Amino acid sequence: MPTLKLKDGVLTVSADRPETEITLEAWRAGARPEGGRFALVLPNDVDVAEAAEALARVDAVILHFPVFKDGRAYSQARLLRERYGYRGEIRARGEVLRDQVLFMARAGFDAFEAAEKDAPGFAEALSEFSVVYQSAADGALPAWRRRAAARAAAA
Amino acid sequence: MYRYDEFDETIVRERVKQFRGQVARRLSGELTEEQFKPLRLMNGLYLQLHAYMLRVAIPYGVLSSRQLRRLAHVARRYDKGYGHFTTRQNIQYNWPALVDVPDILDALADVEMHAIQTSGNCIRNVTSDQYAGAAADEVEDPRPWCEIIRQWSTFHPEFSYLPRKFKIAVTASPHDRAAVKVHDIGLILKKGEGGKTGFEVIVGGGLGRTPYIGHTIRDFLPKEHILSYLEAIMRVYNLNGRRDNLFKSRIKILVNTEGPENFRDQVEAEWEKIRDCDIDIPREEIERIKRYFAPPAFEALPGESASFEAARARDAGFDRWVRVNVVAHKVPGYAIANVSLKEPGRPPGDATAEQMEAVADLGERFSFDEIRVTHEQNLCLPHVRKDDLYAVYQALKEAGLAAANVGLASDIIACPGLDYCDLANARSIPIAQALAERFAASGEEEDLGELKINISGCINACGHHHIGHIGILGVDKKGEEFYQITLGGSGAEDASLGEIAGRGLSSSEVVDAVERLARFYKRERREGERFLDAYRRLGHDAFKGAIYADA
Repeated sequence: MPTLKLKDGVLTVSADRPETEITLEAWRAGARPEGGRFALVLPNDVDVAEAAEALARVDAVILHFPVFKDGRAYSQARLLRERYGYRGEIRARGEVLRDQVLFMARAGFDAFEAAEKDAPGFAEALSEFSVVYQSAADGALPAWRRRAAARAAAA
Repeated sequence: MYRYDEFDETIVRERVKQFRGQVARRLSGELTEEQFKPLRLMNGLYLQLHAYMLRVAIPYGVLSSRQLRRLAHVARRYDKGYGHFTTRQNIQYNWPALVDVPDILDALADVEMHAIQTSGNCIRNVTSDQYAGAAADEVEDPRPWCEIIRQWSTFHPEFSYLPRKFKIAVTASPHDRAAVKVHDIGLILKKGEGGKTGFEVIVGGGLGRTPYIGHTIRDFLPKEHILSYLEAIMRVYNLNGRRDNLFKSRIKILVNTEGPENFRDQVEAEWEKIRDCDIDIPREEIERIKRYFAPPAFEALPGESASFEAARARDAGFDRWVRVNVVAHKVPGYAIANVSLKEPGRPPGDATAEQMEAVADLGERFSFDEIRVTHEQNLCLPHVRKDDLYAVYQALKEAGLAAANVGLASDIIACPGLDYCDLANARSIPIAQALAERFAASGEEEDLGELKINISGCINACGHHHIGHIGILGVDKKGEEFYQITLGGSGAEDASLGEIAGRGLSSSEVVDAVERLARFYKRERREGERFLDAYRRLGHDAFKGAIYADA
């Protein structure tokens, strides 16, 4: 499955070679990435705290959407970004659809496993909303901050 | 009331545009019904027995006359000339055509309304006390907090695919008119030490097939932390709520499986980590939103009105309507006027376009342009001068809206039932109509006093039968409709779940049985005792006996 990557608001089909994937079990058993690029694969029912130690050593974390309705990975992604300060790639795997991709990006995902032909639809979905109400992992300013800025500018 | 600024307006307009695109993809065949379903469900569009049903949010039950007129317009132009007000301060249209829905949403966006998150496994419309800002017993106006929660929950990126739907209710009075103890989260604004107000946080209540009364997990939360605290609750639920079984995925199951103390500890631990993470909005934003809910320009009036008293003495119908439907206001010389949508013989909660327009006119002329929708499926004019009540009553009478039965036996809460809903086992509306006609005709309704009857057409309990003083549940027995009676429920501050009373009854038996219950109560009651009080004193068996007395 190709990966669509989001960087500085632009979505492109990645030409990168796939990383070597390691599971949390393998990490716990002592497997350590050496040379090349590595991705840690986390199921959506694990506490991401258990992966905290591994984060500094991997280039990507892969989170799962077994079905689009199962939204646990949204919380996992935010925790990785906001609590554990993870700056590497967070990639969505599984049922990754156009109509959820904006929520994913806001939660901290910046890579999506999807067909190449999905790219235009995904890009459109990512730009459908220009205002958000709440702060999340994407750094978008919530409406209340923009209101405050507008007031300050007017004063 | 709240008014959209450019940011609120942009979000709603962009949502309509997005949904228009989704509908176009469906109509062109690019999307199958299966693929379209989750998308339409995120926007309150259900496929029912006969047609699509569109559910429109009325945030915390507050409408301007302009908004209510627009709801009437939608009913007339895109539906069959009426709408159905629900128990969660929404309005439902039962007959829109799919191709029209984007235009309906645009028409609603023109008056700052939407159908966002009125379905789907997300945070639904925040509901509140219909008397907010007018009630004599409220600690402070809960509506600014409802609006703050509405904005925070709208398109929340982390909480749009929860294990199951999620309902929040807020009240600010000791008398709970918002049923907060049977919501996923119930919030009660109250005074704490030093006179500051904060929230009591109740989690895990709910009805449906496994009803629970919620547990208080925090007695007092400083108000300014409400969003971070909600976010902590939602995160614990999103990560740990069950997803393997639709019927066990509400937060009430998680809270009661983990135990309320354990659940609370998880929430508190999460909150400690996020309370300073830029989730709570600053004081200036709270104040900005509060300003929209400043009290209207009430006149300084005497507490009593001579013309009002004279009209009561002259017109017995008016006098009764005042006794039953009118409630004390916090400002002298004003009153809260309830508008019953339970005219006996009509489907509970339905209003025609003409009726909506009549109430909109009255709201504009006599209630500072405000109309409220109640969780008991009625409307309300929150700020009417006593001097004007007679004029209001006469206009309501003209519109067929002067039923004097709010809180009485014929003020029945009922789901749409088998007449509309494809989940239902039995019809609800005809039972409600038959009961209401029976009680209204008896002339004893007012004497019976507060008697809450709730009817659900299946165990999903949309008619909230568990919290009716008398609850009626439709069941299917070998292809025939039967009705099971529950007794002793309450959704108010003394919340309790009704207990099942014996075998099911046929549709012809159930009306007689309820009448026997009322008669039994009347015979046994003590001075000033409501039906529910008498039930609690005499016990389940005594009342259960009355159901089958002559059967």
